[in-house]
Amino acid sequence: MGKITLKQVNKSFGEVAVIPGIDLTIENGEFVVFVGPSGCGKSTLLRLIAGLEDTSSGTIEIDGRDATALPPAKRGLAMVFQSYALYPHMSVRKNIAFPLKMAGLPVAEQEKRVANAARILNLTSYLDRRPGQLSGGQRQRVAIGRAIVREPAAFLFDEPLSNLDAALRVSMRQEITELHQALKTTMIYVTHDQVEAMTMADKIVVLNAGNIEQVGSPLELYHRPANVFVAGFIGSPKMNLIGGAEAAKVGVATIGIRPEHIDVAADGPWQGVVGLAEHLGSDTFLKVEVEGVGTLTVRATGGVTLRHGDRVGLAPQMEKLHRFGADGKAIA
Amino acid sequence: MARATSTRRKALTTLAAWTVALVIFFPVLWMILTSFKTEVSAVASPPELLGASWTVENYAEVWQRSDYPRFFWNSVVISIGSTLLGLAIAIPAAWSMAFVPGRKTKDLLMWMLSTKMMPAVGVLIPMYLLFQRLGLFDTKIGLVLALMLMNLPIIVWMLYTYFKEIPGEILEAARMDGAALWNEILYVLTPMALPGIASTLLLNVILAWNEAFWTITLTTTKAAPLSAFIASFSAPQGLFYAKLSAASTMAIAPILILGWFSQKQLVRGLTFGAVK
Repeated sequence: MGKITLKQVNKSFGEVAVIPGIDLTIENGEFVVFVGPSGCGKSTLLRLIAGLEDTSSGTIEIDGRDATALPPAKRGLAMVFQSYALYPHMSVRKNIAFPLKMAGLPVAEQEKRVANAARILNLTSYLDRRPGQLSGGQRQRVAIGRAIVREPAAFLFDEPLSNLDAALRVSMRQEITELHQALKTTMIYVTHDQVEAMTMADKIVVLNAGNIEQVGSPLELYHRPANVFVAGFIGSPKMNLIGGAEAAKVGVATIGIRPEHIDVAADGPWQGVVGLAEHLGSDTFLKVEVEGVGTLTVRATGGVTLRHGDRVGLAPQMEKLHRFGADGKAIA
Repeated sequence: MARATSTRRKALTTLAAWTVALVIFFPVLWMILTSFKTEVSAVASPPELLGASWTVENYAEVWQRSDYPRFFWNSVVISIGSTLLGLAIAIPAAWSMAFVPGRKTKDLLMWMLSTKMMPAVGVLIPMYLLFQRLGLFDTKIGLVLALMLMNLPIIVWMLYTYFKEIPGEILEAARMDGAALWNEILYVLTPMALPGIASTLLLNVILAWNEAFWTITLTTTKAAPLSAFIASFSAPQGLFYAKLSAASTMAIAPILILGWFSQKQLVRGLTFGAVK
């Protein structure tokens, strides 16, 4: 079991409210990603759930039990840190067995669980090495192994892939997703990388300045962003947000159109000049300076041969247009 | 050209370092050399660097006339005892200052350290009276307590510096892994800070071993360590430099040997955190 419920959870450092007051329910077995820009409070929220920070007010329930005042060890959660936080003086075997030793499990049971975790994570041949003798990816797997053996109610991941190179990040992303499918244990994953959020999550919680901007599945957030912030944050490249006269034409304060929903069409309503053309083979990303609208990002097919300085016509797919009011909220 | 300049500069620096080292070490060297001279040769004018004839008689005489093993044993118990007791108190104290600091932690540390600046003689009378009233006068346990308290600020400060270097996330990981505070300190913090703890231990053993003011003031015979042993020789043997040198050499020899073999650890300990 691993249902986590936050009720009006608040965290303040002196006068500054980092988390003004959050209500959130994470269902058992869900893969939830907290995403948001740096300083939005996502790591603080995770640390509050872990018990590494005390809440200023509000309650945190784990499986229906009030855990607000419980120390980290008593919450039944396991955490994987950004810096791996392995014990450098212990072998991989001892690192993974440490939580079991602390729980007072018999040595035979400890060995069994360590062997099982090592098998799942392909660490069997590294068990007698020290963390310093492992690569970044292997260290991260040891950190995950240390979390797995505890059989926790939920796993907490604090930007676990940030220190890895791009290729390794992709493969570790898949490994963590597969691990979730195999274990079916609740996972809460903090990242500022919205690609990680989109590819891994069952449910994404978008945070901004300590507040929840929107909670939903990746595709819900992509197709129906609740406000300008989520619209701009979810999706890569970012959604084009256009205000002024162009938005006024459809009677709203801001309109949003994703780069993939703008077609290159000579007779399109928006005429502009290509500022930058990035040819990736599969796609072509264009930065187009459109008169009276501003700079728009366009995702075209790989076959487009436009270059810097070319004139181009653009046509937005009107049915994909997002509309936002003066308060920044989406208009249905 | 650059290489030539660099080599010359290196040679000059090395020469300067050796000169300074020799100046600092010369009195000790002179004392050791004198301890092997005859009394006549020791006071010869002009002074002789190496005596005409070498003798170990001074050592034999000092050994016969005094109870060197007892003084030595007292020094061992007092210096190691006070350091271990100090570490037992300082490790949790430094842990809390490094990982759960309050608003006044830095001030507290500075205040603790400032007590080392106070002249010891300022608290001589209260200490003396306290020791007499509590039955601690001329006892090893009394000196262990006194020297531990004298050196505690330095032990706490040094450990605090080492602990600050340990990433807090590792201790948080231990907490998440179910380690109680004691286990966190025992299984994670202490092994990781072991080089620092070893340096602190060595330095404080040396400080306690060399301490003379309190050990001479608060003892008479039973608990007197080697510092008192030298003092006891300086009065009756004041004019017998060769014997006095032999006694002094015997007093410093153990700590000199310890310092020689652990100099790498000591230097590392003293410069810890200075260079990343």
